[in-house]
Amino acid sequence: MNARTVVVVGHGMVGHRFVESLRRLDTDDAWKIVVLAEENRPAYDRVALSSYVGDASAEDLTLDEHSDPLVELHLDEPVTAVDLAARTVRTAKGRDVAYDELVVATGSVPFVPPVPGRDLDNVFVYRTLEDLDGLRAAAEKAVSTAGAGRRAGVVVGGGLLGLEAANALRQLGLSPHVVEMAPRLMPVQVDEGGGALLARLVSELGLRVHTGVSTSSIAKDHRGGLTVTLSDGTELDASVVVFSAGIRPADSLAREVGLEVGERGGVLVDERCRTSDEHVWAIGEVAAVKGRTYGLVAPGYAMAEVVAERLTGGDGRFTEADLSTKLKLLGVDVASFGDAHAATAGALEVTLNDPVAGTYSKLVVSDDAQTLLGGILVGDASNYETLRGFLGEKLPGDPMSLIAPAGDGAVGVGIDALPDGAQICSCNAVTKGALVAAIASGEATTVPQLKACTRAGTTCGSCVPTLGKVLASCGVEVSKALCEHFSQSRAELYEIVMATGLQTFSEIIGQYGTGRGCDICKPAVASMLATLAGGHVLDGESAVLQDTNDHFLANMQRNGTYSVVPRLPGGEVTPEGLIAIGSVAKDFGLYTKITGGQRIDMFGARVDDLPKIWQRLVDAGFESGHAYGKSLRTVKSCVGTDWCRYGVQDSVGLAVALELRYRGLRSPHKLKSGVSGCARECAEARSKDFGIIATETGWNLYLGGNGGFTPRHAELIASDLDTTTLVRTIDRFLMFYIRTADRLQRTAPWIEALEGGIDHLRDVIMEDSLGICASLDEQMARHVEGYADEWAAVLADPDKLERFTSFVNAPGTPDPTIEFVDHLGRRVPAGMKDGQPTDLAALGLGGVPITDGARIPMGAPA
Amino acid sequence: MTAQADVRQHPSGSTDGAESKDPQPTPATPAAPPSGTGWTAVCPLAKLQPERGVCALVDGEPVAVFRTHDDRLFALHNVDPFSRASVLSRGIVGDLGGTAVVASPLHKQHFALESGVALEDSDVVVATYPVRVVDGTVEVGSP
Ligand SMILES: Cc1cc2nc3c(=O)[nH]c(=O)nc-3n(C[C@H](O)[C@H](O)[C@H](O)COP(=O)(O)OP(=O)(O)OC[C@H]3O[C@@H](n4cnc5c(N)ncnc54)[C@H](O)[C@@H]3O)c2cc1C
Ligand code: SF4
Ligand code: FES
Repeated sequence: MNARTVVVVGHGMVGHRFVESLRRLDTDDAWKIVVLAEENRPAYDRVALSSYVGDASAEDLTLDEHSDPLVELHLDEPVTAVDLAARTVRTAKGRDVAYDELVVATGSVPFVPPVPGRDLDNVFVYRTLEDLDGLRAAAEKAVSTAGAGRRAGVVVGGGLLGLEAANALRQLGLSPHVVEMAPRLMPVQVDEGGGALLARLVSELGLRVHTGVSTSSIAKDHRGGLTVTLSDGTELDASVVVFSAGIRPADSLAREVGLEVGERGGVLVDERCRTSDEHVWAIGEVAAVKGRTYGLVAPGYAMAEVVAERLTGGDGRFTEADLSTKLKLLGVDVASFGDAHAATAGALEVTLNDPVAGTYSKLVVSDDAQTLLGGILVGDASNYETLRGFLGEKLPGDPMSLIAPAGDGAVGVGIDALPDGAQICSCNAVTKGALVAAIASGEATTVPQLKACTRAGTTCGSCVPTLGKVLASCGVEVSKALCEHFSQSRAELYEIVMATGLQTFSEIIGQYGTGRGCDICKPAVASMLATLAGGHVLDGESAVLQDTNDHFLANMQRNGTYSVVPRLPGGEVTPEGLIAIGSVAKDFGLYTKITGGQRIDMFGARVDDLPKIWQRLVDAGFESGHAYGKSLRTVKSCVGTDWCRYGVQDSVGLAVALELRYRGLRSPHKLKSGVSGCARECAEARSKDFGIIATETGWNLYLGGNGGFTPRHAELIASDLDTTTLVRTIDRFLMFYIRTADRLQRTAPWIEALEGGIDHLRDVIMEDSLGICASLDEQMARHVEGYADEWAAVLADPDKLERFTSFVNAPGTPDPTIEFVDHLGRRVPAGMKDGQPTDLAALGLGGVPITDGARIPMGAPA
Repeated sequence: MTAQADVRQHPSGSTDGAESKDPQPTPATPAAPPSGTGWTAVCPLAKLQPERGVCALVDGEPVAVFRTHDDRLFALHNVDPFSRASVLSRGIVGDLGGTAVVASPLHKQHFALESGVALEDSDVVVATYPVRVVDGTVEVGSP
């Protein structure tokens, strides 16, 4: 088929969505798509831009690639001119590209008011990843030369983005000032009452707010910093300045070629999103639909859909847009939706202002108080998603009761009450009806599946908690029962064991379960008992509950032999220690390998040899590394200030201390940690369950990372902590996880499943919102105090030693089923697995062992 | 509508170490223990901890001997037919749907203690042996 060409100018969020929509609708492959993009990277999630200073990498933010032969993407090649008559565009590389239809999706440019000094170094805007890279570099430089005091940063503009930028500065280690011309922050979204509370809440977060003033000038000071002078004469010393004073449509190209533009800028389009030239369309922030521009992504997506439909013979129309917004700023809830300022004739306002609780809620309703028109929520926006669903709909109750705090005769708003037409995800225009349909058809039974099949929740993510509620309201409930013997979830069972103080599995299953237990509930309960009752894992009845790894205090490998890992706290080992490990491996014929967690694994140990091996290791000063347990594994570290010229803190010292503190701690799944001595992050701490990165003034703590099947980056929970606060926070995190996670649920999915996610976690462990911190602290203190090396205890106990034998009736007889072979210098179990060995010849290595020179020493088994 | 999580299905990553990421091997036919007469002493009954197994050498074959909570004794060939490793005695003993089972410590398939049949695949059977207690000593007989 002879494809026609559509050229897309701009590969931002909306350009990207347009390409996806057109490819989806163009089932005949009638269109070839050529995208010309100014930025040097493919489209990314600009809405989540701020997370880039936190825990997201550029890759995390990148939107799905269009892997499609009909899509050509040219990066770093902006369009510089358009010839409407010839239907060609010219790019900055001097190329001419012909089009049948042209889609302008150039977005916006930040507006920088004409303040003297706005061109100085260290003055930034906040729109692209490049902007943030520059800002980060400047902030890091400022922080590293700050000495004792904290350096400040000034954000010009106190709107939604300004506050995001201020938070970013804070995360980068600067003290942020926010300068807003209007008398309150977020003037577009909130009213006076909400603005006053908002100012108070963000001040508590350390932001300094200057409202009702403008910025007069920026000048260099004599120390290489900047002085920002405000209209009231205030002078602020700052290391960086960020302009976030609004945006202007990037419509210069359109203006040059004479396309009509809106009164307040933007390429004028009709509701089909067509410009004054019939072959040119405009979508996203650059488009002025009937004169009005939209600075949000949802309307842009809707426009992309309209044009994609039009190009494939449909009759899409852009009608109205949901302008709801929610501040994604750490810890402060602000939401504004619908007619927040009560501009509708006759609209009534119902306001609830609770300065003590720090909440402000306002609903705007129709003159008969029946229909919800809009609202503002500050301090607590937990009802936002549901309330937004009622926009334009009849309210299920008296408006006041909807915003009244729970217990005050509040009815709250249940998902059930929402009409099917209610929009749950405004970013992607997904209604409750569409979600319910996906659930009813069986397509989706989990939140990730709902996201995949409806796109809901895939943009700003604010609706994700509501997706879970919709699932629940449809009766989809994943059984949390631990196994057939316990109807309780692991967390419920933990509560029970903690509250009752029961100390044996028999009592617990007798009173709270059925049957005799199995390989799921037994180790799970054993792990709970280990963190509650303490004691040795092989004591009494506890021994029969353990998985084989815990039962033999070693990791079973595929041929029934075990691997042995002594603890090397922080990855530190002395030459004597290395020699001891080496000689043990040699004497017992063990294959040795360095693990990812900076220790040494010895493979191929027979059950009978484990005590002898450990006797040697314990004598050499080693202790169990718990590599066999669902427990703390390692705290990896870089060399930090000891050796590294970049180090700002003693990462090794902290890693060793943390590993010693949490060693032996049994948990729902394995736990890993890492400590890096500076922001270069050589210890890969952010891929750990709890990762710590040194800053000039303390430690940044990241929680919920992991490698493995689904790699995750840990999220920042707090910055610049002193060591005491850091350790206390980790203590509580671990204990809270141990108490409430599901069996085999690692920290990342656990945090994700917490209602309120990382923010909730922060409230619980840093603000003590559940009032359990004292108990968490006490439980950790007991663990630290009660720690004893499991292997030393076994060696000292003849009863426990007895089980380390291949045959009870023939002690000392080695298991004849265990055989090893030499495979290219590696000692491996006999009987190759499928897919082995790697064909070295194919790699051009011609069968030469990978290890060069001396072969790995392999003594005969002792 | 209720999506019941299948609690018997061990999700990925359920066991640690390399074994959990290994592909599940296809089971081999269980090694047939040699037939003979007579009984082999295993250990004093008192040494056999309830709900845990031991491994004994019987006519040159590794045999797993289990004692359940109600003091019944069972003996199965020790080789796990799925992984071909001699490990069944080191599995966790319990019950599933009322059947007393041992779970293979490698890939967690369950074998009925009484019949040796794998609950996950009834075509896979581990050989069973007679067990008795004589003068406080556990003995395993030829199958
Ligand atoms: C920090 C931040 C937070 C935000 N938070 C939210 C939020 O919470 N909710 C929300 O709805 N919206 C939010 N937004 C706004 C949202 O990001 C935008 O509405 C959305 O990105 C607009 O998409 P777009 O494709 O129209 O423009 P853009 O994403 O800006 O893409 C336009 C692209 O076109 C390129 N371009 C420009 N000129 C040319 C040319 N001549 N040739 C080729 N390419 C060109 C640009 O380089 C750019 O890559 C936020 C924005 C920022 C900056
Ligand atoms: S993280 Fe920093 S301190 Fe640690 S090794 Fe790397 S550069 Fe050095
Ligand atoms: S509302 Fe933004 S992703 Fe759903």
